[in-house]
Amino acid sequence: MAYALQQLINGVTLGMIYGLIAVGYTMVYGIIGMINFAHGDIFMVGAFLSLIALTGLAMVGITAVPIALAITLIFAAAIAALYGWTVERIAYRPLRGSFRLAPLISAIGMSITLENFVQVSQGAQVKPMAPLIPGGLSLLGQHGGFVVQLSWMQIAIVVTTLVVLAIFTWLVTRTPLGRSMRACEQDLKMAGLLGVNTDMTISLTFVIGAALAAVAGLMFLLYYGVIDFYIGFVAGVKAFTAAVLGGIGSLPGAVLGGLAIGLIETFWSAYASVEYKDVAAFSILAIVLVFMPTGILGRADVEKV
Amino acid sequence: MNAAAPGGSSRLPPGALRDAGLSALVAFGLFGPMIGLKTTEGGSAMSLRARPEAVVLAVLAVFAGRLLLLFWQGRNRRAAFRSNRVVAEVATRLGRLVAPALLAFAVVMPIFAARYYVDLGVLVLTYVMLGWGLNIVVGLAGLLDLGYVAFYAVGAYSFAIFATDFGLGFWSCLPIAGLLAACWGMLLGFPVLRLRGDYLAIVTLAFGEIIHIVLNNWVSLTNGPNGIFGIPRPTLFGLKFTMSSGPGTFAGFFHVEPNPTQRLIFLYYVILILALLTNWVTLRLRRLPLGRAWEALREDEIACRALGINVTVTKLTAFAIGAMFGGFAGAFFATRQAFISPESFTFIESALVLSIVVLGGLGSQLGVALAALAMIGGSELFRAVSDYRMLIFGIALVLMMILRPRGLVSGRVPTVALHRKREISAELVAQGRG
Repeated sequence: MAYALQQLINGVTLGMIYGLIAVGYTMVYGIIGMINFAHGDIFMVGAFLSLIALTGLAMVGITAVPIALAITLIFAAAIAALYGWTVERIAYRPLRGSFRLAPLISAIGMSITLENFVQVSQGAQVKPMAPLIPGGLSLLGQHGGFVVQLSWMQIAIVVTTLVVLAIFTWLVTRTPLGRSMRACEQDLKMAGLLGVNTDMTISLTFVIGAALAAVAGLMFLLYYGVIDFYIGFVAGVKAFTAAVLGGIGSLPGAVLGGLAIGLIETFWSAYASVEYKDVAAFSILAIVLVFMPTGILGRADVEKV
Repeated sequence: MNAAAPGGSSRLPPGALRDAGLSALVAFGLFGPMIGLKTTEGGSAMSLRARPEAVVLAVLAVFAGRLLLLFWQGRNRRAAFRSNRVVAEVATRLGRLVAPALLAFAVVMPIFAARYYVDLGVLVLTYVMLGWGLNIVVGLAGLLDLGYVAFYAVGAYSFAIFATDFGLGFWSCLPIAGLLAACWGMLLGFPVLRLRGDYLAIVTLAFGEIIHIVLNNWVSLTNGPNGIFGIPRPTLFGLKFTMSSGPGTFAGFFHVEPNPTQRLIFLYYVILILALLTNWVTLRLRRLPLGRAWEALREDEIACRALGINVTVTKLTAFAIGAMFGGFAGAFFATRQAFISPESFTFIESALVLSIVVLGGLGSQLGVALAALAMIGGSELFRAVSDYRMLIFGIALVLMMILRPRGLVSGRVPTVALHRKREISAELVAQGRG
């Protein structure tokens, strides 16, 4: 029981990270109907930017944890947003209206480019980082049994994610920008005819998605303490799985799907085998797509001939 | 620059400098932290090492590149379009001559070429074969497969395991490897029958990753990350290629000096024959009802159903036959290397083969061969800067899609025509819709 509770806590933390990345996939898919294959690598870039910022801040002597974290969060999100914007501008915008395979191949190319750019510029070795927020709460561990740990780090991750998601939900549902995003999602051409600046809206979608991915990158760095240039690929596929599971195009669905994937992965690692945890996540992707292609909260896709 | 001055430099569109300056600013934002501050492990904690000179170089490169691009775009667009058209027409006309010439070159090449080039030729032909195999799935049937490497791996591992555990030779294992890969193709085909386009791509990618993870972790069968050693080499009707000239060896039978290049040349012809077999089967299949059904499926699945084509069988055969050739290529890869490990079967391989097919122009056999030559030969040129090889590959993929999204040979010749076969231009052909 205690062991299961521990897994639940770990799973929710991991799920939050996946959910943040999944939001980026689901938004881009909703608007221009393509899988932004490079999104996982934007997440990886975000993690590296966070590492650079945290290391730099420590070197200049800013060690107060809340200030350092806030600066890092803003820095990483801003630069990663710039990456997201650039990727869309260079690799996707010229291909809008091209045949369907072209943007996907271009996205794969961009993913390989980003991965190897980071490998060349930052080195191929695994980058460790000392835990920033040590300690935590011990629950249920009084009578010599299994001690359930709820670390401050996990609390910080969950709280930050929820705050970021709340801001983001407000942005999509209550602001003019959110309105034009939803309009573009329903019908890009019509939205353009009605005076929505579609290019700008698509760019901003990429910018917001990249910023959220960078927040996820920071969380990943804090949670695991090690990153390398290859983390984006697997995390990207899993986050995409989460987006599909939640119903692609649906924002709450992405977070829900992220939580589901995080929980499945941790419970699978805990009770079945650690080696095959990725197999579990990938199999779920296939199973969901085959039996429930619209996901949990997605709308059914009507095909017109 | 004096953009307002009369004469040559006035071609630069107004505001070009400002545009380039903004690009440089963006580049500074992108490269400043990533290139400028390298994280290094120094002593107890991580530290940063500043590299301002690299950032300045990168930003200047972007500035100059953007200016050049604007200058190039300032050319008369109509003229550029027309010249493009002329190039395309000439290429199509030359295409009829290129294929036989290329084949003749491939046949005689190992006789006079140096060892290094024969080795490179074997590598290129392996990818030509993989490209032709994947072309059946992606180019003809229009099913986007991002996990093709899985079948390559199945072929390689089944040959390696049969050879090392049961002592079977290359030629007896080759059909088994192809058959097993085809079975796996069917196995992948069943669940993804209902999926289309991007969803299909992502599931096949996941399938490729699953195979990779299983190969890495099923140590009792695959020896895990250490791989399988001592895979036997192929024989010529039982004649071995060894360094001795005893009985039962190639050198002993033909009374020639044993020489390591003999085996290499033999391998070259084996893969050449395998690749040509793939090509021949594909070309024959395109004329059969099955091949026509594939192409119809690519153009419009719903119309196919309406016309009574069995979509399930059509899709499964495409997966199975494509996978079978992947399996053959995998078995050849195993016997060439004599050592295989999961490292050789990563997603990058799938991406490489897919990009060969797309660069070649989906469905074009000649295009795939040319693209494999360009990609593998091209990456050989960058051997000196091996750290940057994959980076260049990624950038090339993006540029290729922007400049020529339909590939090298993008037009199609229909397999059936009423009077005269006329080429269909690329814009009218649906591709990879899944």
